[in-house]
Amino acid sequence: MTLMTFMGEQRSEIIKALTQHIHLVVFSVLLGILISIPAGIFLSRHKAFAAPVLAAVGVIQTIPGLVMLGLALILLGTGTQTALAVLAVYSILPILRNTYTGITEVDSGILEAGRGIGMTRRQMLFNVQLPLATTSIVSGIRISTVYIVSWATLAGLIGAGGLGDLIWTGLATYNTNYILAGALPSAVLAFLFSGVIGLFERLLTPRGLKGGRA
Amino acid sequence: MITFKNVSKSYGSKKILKDLTFSIRAGEFVVLIGPSGCGKTTTLKTINRLIEPDSGEISIDGMNIRSRNPVELRRSIGYVIQQIGLFPNMTVEQNIAVVPKLLKTSKEQWKQIVQEMLELVGMPYEENAHKYPSELSGGQQQRIGVLRALAASPPIVLMDEPFGALDPITRDSLQDEVKKLQKRLKKTIGFVTHDMEEALRLADTIVFMNEGEIVQMASPEEMLRNPASDLIRDFMGRHTNPHSEQPELFAEDLMRTRVLKVPYSLHTLECVDRMNRREVNSVIVLNEDDTFMGTVTLDTVRERGKAGREIGELVGNDVPAIDRRMPAQEAFDLLLSSTANYLVVLNTDQTVAGIVTKTSMAKAMGEALWGAVLS
Ligand SMILES: Nc1ncnc2c1ncn2[C@@H]1O[C@H](COP(=O)(O)OP(=O)(O)OP(=O)(O)O)[C@@H](O)[C@H]1O
Ligand SMILES: [Mg+2]
Repeated sequence: MTLMTFMGEQRSEIIKALTQHIHLVVFSVLLGILISIPAGIFLSRHKAFAAPVLAAVGVIQTIPGLVMLGLALILLGTGTQTALAVLAVYSILPILRNTYTGITEVDSGILEAGRGIGMTRRQMLFNVQLPLATTSIVSGIRISTVYIVSWATLAGLIGAGGLGDLIWTGLATYNTNYILAGALPSAVLAFLFSGVIGLFERLLTPRGLKGGRA
Repeated sequence: MITFKNVSKSYGSKKILKDLTFSIRAGEFVVLIGPSGCGKTTTLKTINRLIEPDSGEISIDGMNIRSRNPVELRRSIGYVIQQIGLFPNMTVEQNIAVVPKLLKTSKEQWKQIVQEMLELVGMPYEENAHKYPSELSGGQQQRIGVLRALAASPPIVLMDEPFGALDPITRDSLQDEVKKLQKRLKKTIGFVTHDMEEALRLADTIVFMNEGEIVQMASPEEMLRNPASDLIRDFMGRHTNPHSEQPELFAEDLMRTRVLKVPYSLHTLECVDRMNRREVNSVIVLNEDDTFMGTVTLDTVRERGKAGREIGELVGNDVPAIDRRMPAQEAFDLLLSSTANYLVVLNTDQTVAGIVTKTSMAKAMGEALWGAVLS
């Protein structure tokens, strides 16, 4: 059976898996954003913590997905929530690091001028530093999302569904069609997410930073 | 009035400010100058509480600034720095309006302020208000930096080497503008520089610092006449002369350098055209190797000029040419006794360095006598 006819036959199953996959990616990355951006802001204001925290998060990132998933399984049981938690953890590092560097790389002359004319730290953060860090933060989100699209295939192992389901079924039954039916949409998804977020990245970049007249 | 009373500051065991006591009158333009690391920036920053002294007291109009909220204090004091520090994500208008907005000025009011401010420096609102800093030249950016500092009408403005990174011509015109603004708006200005020329030009009072102490605080004239130490004399450089009461001047100190020069092979009509455009009635003609050939006046061209011929054919030598190291007094006598109304100043390789006119001479002598004069 060719891949095309297989995919035609299994259309509804593939679409269901794809939808689940998108859910997993979107919600885990959102969760990651909710954690990393405030954390990045915190680190930028308490720089002493920055190096150890970033290093620790970096170490977590290197724990193999399967191990992490196993641990989560023991602690939290099976299901979507466990998968979301694990994926969210993996999405943190790029966003956290980019938020932190985006904020702290704002030119010191700008900071001094802002402080000198009477802006509070909070006003500097919201009116100047965060807008200037937007590009960097969104680019962190893009990197995380692309990662998570592929990490999310692991979720199938703990019964959270997604395109991983198809891939694992294929691997267990030596059925290439299943594997490809999971892998191809996942690749396309990564590509699409990257494109869409890249578009946001350009839209959200403050006009003054784009160089030349917009 | 800003008053420093026994203000000291150390970093670790290093004393940066040593028991500073001085005051700045309302409406006074005070320039802090001195070698790198002597504490100018530190002194300035204690005024808006970016730096807190270890001991001593700073008061503004009799009120100790420690009793004021630092953020509010800073909103009442303009601040301009060398790095400019415009907010790149905001337009010119938004940058200028930052402090008025912080002070909760209504939109109508701050729009009005931005318009007036831009007018003040001759940058039309329509053309500039919606540009971003990255779309402006360095000089324009610092103009906006100055306007941002002035926008909330602070009575005091602090400027830390604001023109240090600009090219000399831009610096010149910004100095003029700032001096005019200060006079017109009656601001008290604390200004840091390490360029004595700038200090002489702008200051009502110069504060010369070294190693955290004030060495001399005096008007530019007084400092030129009576520098309190050899270090200050060094800083004055060519503005004073250690050996005689009178500054020693040469032809090169009297000349202006922007003059119209043309090659001898230029066609007569083209030459007349250039002279008209520059509104001069005499022009310097150069040989092929850029050395001085002679001069031609419009009158000569009218009498003897023929279209299509080279200007070199009309060259005369009625304008005296002198060496740039000719003592000023000789040049002065020569100019007064000559029928020409200017002198051509030559470099040693016979190329043209500039010309001395009665105006350029008067200006240079005025500067030598009274310090920098504003034209
Ligand atoms: N935060 C700091 N910690 C330690 N030393 C400092 C600090 N800030 C300034 N200094 C030292 O204090 C001295 C005075 O610094 P300041 O910036 O006031 O000098 P300045 O006169 O403005 O010099 P420049 O002309 O180079 O700008 C310098 O020796 C500098 O190294
Ligand atoms: Mg300094």
